[in-house]
Amino acid sequence: MAGREQEAAAPGRLAAFGAWIDERFPMSTLWKEHMSEYPAPKNFNFWYYFGSIALFVLALQIVTGIFLTMSYKPSAADAFSSVEYIMRDVEWGWLIRYLHSTGASAFFIVVYLHMFRALLYGSHRKPRELLWIFGVLIYLALMAEAFMGYLLPWGNMSYWGAQVIVSLFGSFPVIGEGLVEWIRGDYFISDITLNRFFALHVVALPLVLIFLVVAHILALHEVGSNNPDGIEIKKNKGPDGRPLDSVTMHPYYTVKDIFGLGVFMVLFAAVVFFAPEMGGLFLEAANFEPANPLLTPPHIAPVWYFTPYYAMLRAVPAFAGTQVWGVLVMFAAILLLFFVPWLDRSPVKSIRYRGPIYRFALMLFAAAFLMLGYCGLQPAVQPFQAMSVVGTVIYFAFFLLMPWYSRIDSHKPEPARVTS
Amino acid sequence: MRPARILLALLALGAAGAASAAGAGYPLQEANTDVGSLESLQRGARNFVNYCLGCHSAQYMRYSQLADDLALTEDDLRENLMFTGARVYDPMLSSMPGEQARLWFGNAPPDLSLIVRSRGRDYVYTFLKSFYEDPSRPTGADNAVLPQTAMPDVLAGLQGAQAPRYESAPGADGKPVQHLVGLDLVKPGEMSAKEFDAFVRDTVAFLEYVAEPAKAKRKALGVWVVLFLLMFTAFAWFLYKEYWKDVK
Repeated sequence: MAGREQEAAAPGRLAAFGAWIDERFPMSTLWKEHMSEYPAPKNFNFWYYFGSIALFVLALQIVTGIFLTMSYKPSAADAFSSVEYIMRDVEWGWLIRYLHSTGASAFFIVVYLHMFRALLYGSHRKPRELLWIFGVLIYLALMAEAFMGYLLPWGNMSYWGAQVIVSLFGSFPVIGEGLVEWIRGDYFISDITLNRFFALHVVALPLVLIFLVVAHILALHEVGSNNPDGIEIKKNKGPDGRPLDSVTMHPYYTVKDIFGLGVFMVLFAAVVFFAPEMGGLFLEAANFEPANPLLTPPHIAPVWYFTPYYAMLRAVPAFAGTQVWGVLVMFAAILLLFFVPWLDRSPVKSIRYRGPIYRFALMLFAAAFLMLGYCGLQPAVQPFQAMSVVGTVIYFAFFLLMPWYSRIDSHKPEPARVTS
Repeated sequence: MRPARILLALLALGAAGAASAAGAGYPLQEANTDVGSLESLQRGARNFVNYCLGCHSAQYMRYSQLADDLALTEDDLRENLMFTGARVYDPMLSSMPGEQARLWFGNAPPDLSLIVRSRGRDYVYTFLKSFYEDPSRPTGADNAVLPQTAMPDVLAGLQGAQAPRYESAPGADGKPVQHLVGLDLVKPGEMSAKEFDAFVRDTVAFLEYVAEPAKAKRKALGVWVVLFLLMFTAFAWFLYKEYWKDVK
């Protein structure tokens, strides 16, 4: 009988404990606000999986990163060997390392799809401009994080890749030389550079990323999620004050996202276990040789997720004796993203109700971005140089001409309620 | 050099590298190795110790791990594989002093721990099969895959001697240029061509294993992980459908 009494009393005690916490910390309020009562549009489609997947990959990178740090030695003398030590002597070290290296590429795939979703359905438009800006900042921080992380294995491609990217800053007039020395902390990529990149990669940038992700989610939950129809579900509320076209985040989207995550994990595991090098795209052959300042790899290319911008850099010819124009074009290509919410002048948000011009422009842009990525992996010869020029022009035209073509484009009337 | 110049030089290098890579295009043969085959790996280990380890180390490979992965006992190791006075937990280091190696060959023999990952198994396979007699070289041999190699033809006794076959084709300036298109066996060795191919294949399989000891394990484990995740995803799908039944 004593057992049954305890059973009956247990929920009461748990609830009492919950109340005790709630008096001191807004636990249930937070849970309700962001999960069990957060109204999410009920018509999310395939494109809406990538936000939660990106969050999962971030967690995966942090956890695997912590374990890698336990065995990795951030010094020019030991870094390369310590990675091989992880691959061979550390229990399950090879798995942790492959999860981390594959996770880096997966992060970019997921983030690119997530960003493309925003362009498809106008998720960056008013009132979600800040949400988008936080997103672009995450993308920037992620690029810095990936770049610094790529130096750490101290392979020959790590070394020369860093050499190329860091020397980009040297093309700025007057300050260039000093800037490059300041970044490297030395007159060349050295042990000092490796050490500071390690500090930035494992402490500084993850902190920035986590802060930005929290801000991104808070901004999202403040304005509410967009949806494939690009209309505001808050305009149609029921008598209880909840949007009629919404379901609660939990359990409806938690359970749906677990399914999406499952599909992602199947694909991810297939790469980790059967093709961790991904044919040289995720782990490059030249990086299995230790860094050698005297021996340049026959073909230097950054990892695939940077190659669209690398192609742009190479597409711009040196002019007036300096390469700075290519560097400026490359930085401008990324900075342009911040202005998209204001460049887009269409009266509707979603591609479902836009006219043929935007549809064509977006497809052309996506094709150009993929083509640039491909060209950036190739040697700087024809026809890839010509293709890079064409791709760069399309990339910039997509954004810079958007105020005009998005305005003159025809559009269909938006529905009052979401469609399934 | 100023950083801006370094950048220019590096960007130009991309073009130069492509040009030189196109020039040295001796066709690679497929290695067709099987890192899942213990016998092949064991034979490869024997070949490596007998023919490679004299000059080349595999500094990231421990004898003990070799024994674990290749189903060998410590006695097997001592009797057949450990000739350098190493202990079981030591890495496979060559006993040739590096500084002298540099003096003898002009180049210290590279460590082979990761050679298959950095160059590819087909490269290593074709390289080992493509030595030919060349009296003008200090070692009396050159290699079709890596011209001017400092490495002597240590497998000549097994393979026999090969002679290069050239074809003449017009070069960029219109004048005929000699291209190395193949190698012909001119003096047979201890092994037939087929036996020698198998010998090199086993050796490359072993080097492939050394480059990534977990390779066979990860593939075997991967099947179960993917199956588990597929099942997990199927259950997640049904759960999702169950919850969403009442959403109109």
